[in-house]
Amino acid sequence: MFEKDKLEQLDKRKAAWQKNLDKNLEKNPERKEQFFTDSKIPLDTTYTPLVLKNFDYEEKLGLPGEYPFVRGVQHNMYRSRLFTMRQYAGYGNAEETNKRFRYLLEQGQTGLSVAFDLPTQLGYDSDHPLSRGEVGKVGVAIDSLQDMEILFEGIPLDKVTTSMTINSPAAIILSMYIALAEKQGIPFTKLNGTIQNDILKEYVARGTYIFPPEPSMRLITDIFSYSRKHLPSWNTISISGYHIREAGSTAVQEIAFTLANGIAYVDAAIKAGLNIDQFAPRLSFFFNAHLNFFEEIAKFRAARRIWARIMKERFGAVNPRSMMLRFHTQTAGCTLTAQQPLVNIIRVAFQALSACLGGTQSLHTNSYDEAFSLPSEHAVSIALRTQQVLGYEIGVTDTVDPLGGAYFIEYLTDKIEEEVMNYILRIDELGGAIRAIEEGFMQQEIHQSAYEYQKEIENGRKVVIGLNKFVSKDEETIKLAKSSPAVEEYQQEKLKKLRQERNDEKVTAVLNRLYNAAQSSENLVPVIIEAVKAYATVGEICNVLRDVFGEYRQQVLL
Amino acid sequence: MIEKKIRVLAAKVGLDGHDRGIKVIAQALKDAGMEVIYTGIRQTPEQIVEIAIQEDVDVIGISILSGAHLQLLPLVTELLRKEGANDILVVAGGVIPQEDIALLKECGIKEVFTSGTLTGDLIKFIKENIIKRE
Repeated sequence: MFEKDKLEQLDKRKAAWQKNLDKNLEKNPERKEQFFTDSKIPLDTTYTPLVLKNFDYEEKLGLPGEYPFVRGVQHNMYRSRLFTMRQYAGYGNAEETNKRFRYLLEQGQTGLSVAFDLPTQLGYDSDHPLSRGEVGKVGVAIDSLQDMEILFEGIPLDKVTTSMTINSPAAIILSMYIALAEKQGIPFTKLNGTIQNDILKEYVARGTYIFPPEPSMRLITDIFSYSRKHLPSWNTISISGYHIREAGSTAVQEIAFTLANGIAYVDAAIKAGLNIDQFAPRLSFFFNAHLNFFEEIAKFRAARRIWARIMKERFGAVNPRSMMLRFHTQTAGCTLTAQQPLVNIIRVAFQALSACLGGTQSLHTNSYDEAFSLPSEHAVSIALRTQQVLGYEIGVTDTVDPLGGAYFIEYLTDKIEEEVMNYILRIDELGGAIRAIEEGFMQQEIHQSAYEYQKEIENGRKVVIGLNKFVSKDEETIKLAKSSPAVEEYQQEKLKKLRQERNDEKVTAVLNRLYNAAQSSENLVPVIIEAVKAYATVGEICNVLRDVFGEYRQQVLL
Repeated sequence: MIEKKIRVLAAKVGLDGHDRGIKVIAQALKDAGMEVIYTGIRQTPEQIVEIAIQEDVDVIGISILSGAHLQLLPLVTELLRKEGANDILVVAGGVIPQEDIALLKECGIKEVFTSGTLTGDLIKFIKENIIKRE
């Protein structure tokens, strides 16, 4: 990209410049002995064309909307449509969450994102002994199709895009959404949204697994194959690095482990008889926007290039849409502090900016009070306004990939790609992502990084404002949201009534069919749709699957 | 005579899978010379008490980030009392609002460590409060 003799000239000049700098540094030393990104990539004083000596623009970057998609997945990105502002929400029962959804839509939010409570995510009904204390706490309690009907009351499913954070029971919740669309008279082709459906990162970092890997992968490929025929606009999976990062990984590990998991899903789908270009365009991703600003931007860009190359070179995809890494971003929850909580607003804003400069398709901004509890309405609205300032006021959405070509950004993007590929190679050598997870490789790597991070906070090398520097004696108090304790009983009453009113014979018959189907290789989605329509509960359906598939037991490593 | 090592049960109660904090703490306690047993995620109060007694621990450190702390943590201390094991020091940590902390302390949770706690402070607390035993 640069003329050879000019580079030579620059090289000489830089050497002389470095000498001057070194002399100066004897008098005025730098703030740190060595500067690093959060992934421990060492940083130079400055970056020049010298770091991009053999940089081939066409090969490395291309144009927006074109392979290898480093500059973005659409031709003009946010100039047509801003990133979708999608706040993850859900608490208590379906009635309360429906109200929050309508509030968010009125405030200008453009997509929905459903948080389910832990019993729902783990396939227990609200009256299960293990559900005690957990009903409606971290999300909305969904026991049956009846709750989903209440959750989306007054929200036409063809007018919103809905993201649902559900993994082990993803097929059940998706089936409920489908049944609901049918009731609303909306053709399935108009359904737009995402189910997380990413079991591998549950074993690694998030913890809401139910079944062992093999049957879990089968449920996932069943969803891929059902959706290919019936839900052409649905994102069948959101392969997530977010929780891997929250668990303490570095940026490089976040991308490496996520894409390694992605490779495992693609392998599984191909093994199940699907053609790469039939399902790959519907794969989507989910990343974290953390604090190290430039590394985060480079990370998003690198992820797009790596995935494009993997899909094209490793899997032989032909359709460019198969090679596009489309992703949702959430700001890093683990960087929120309980000390001086309003400072979190600033952290979130910078993190959101990195996601925007990194070309995200949708965004969740955390609320400033989330180190204490689920967010209050006030905190949520500030978080949403942060996105609106980003989208409408400061001009960063007016041109595509504005940092593309910056020496430093391209250097970091290349460096991250290189380190991610080293990890992917190691995971390949271990026998792929599933083996690497079963052996605890990813978990150990993440734990080591998390421990390092904590030690750096404790020895002061990593500054956290309000925690280990600029500590304030008078902490401001903020008003927190209160969860109502009556949710559990209410939900149990509703469930009792449902069990009395529904046709039990029909439920038993369809659950028996599901039992048989689970033992065969038949696609399970159609029979699960029948089951939810008969108002079989999430717990009942999961129990049948537990009987057939067994349960996963975590290997405790420390 | 070699001083007996402090034995700690690091436990996750409830259904949430957030184990970054408890694992980092477990590692820090180990590095500080304690013996640490980690339960893994999704333990019931009954399971935690059973392991604690079986393993004859001096301390139980419980992590919970699901919001079910007011329902689940008092069950642990209640069961310990029933088993006559309420001399075990119980501390908790997680996403817990300030106003709930007083309630938990009334139920016998000795201290609650929230987001931003330095592991050094926790180690100090355990050492200071463990001496009172025996």
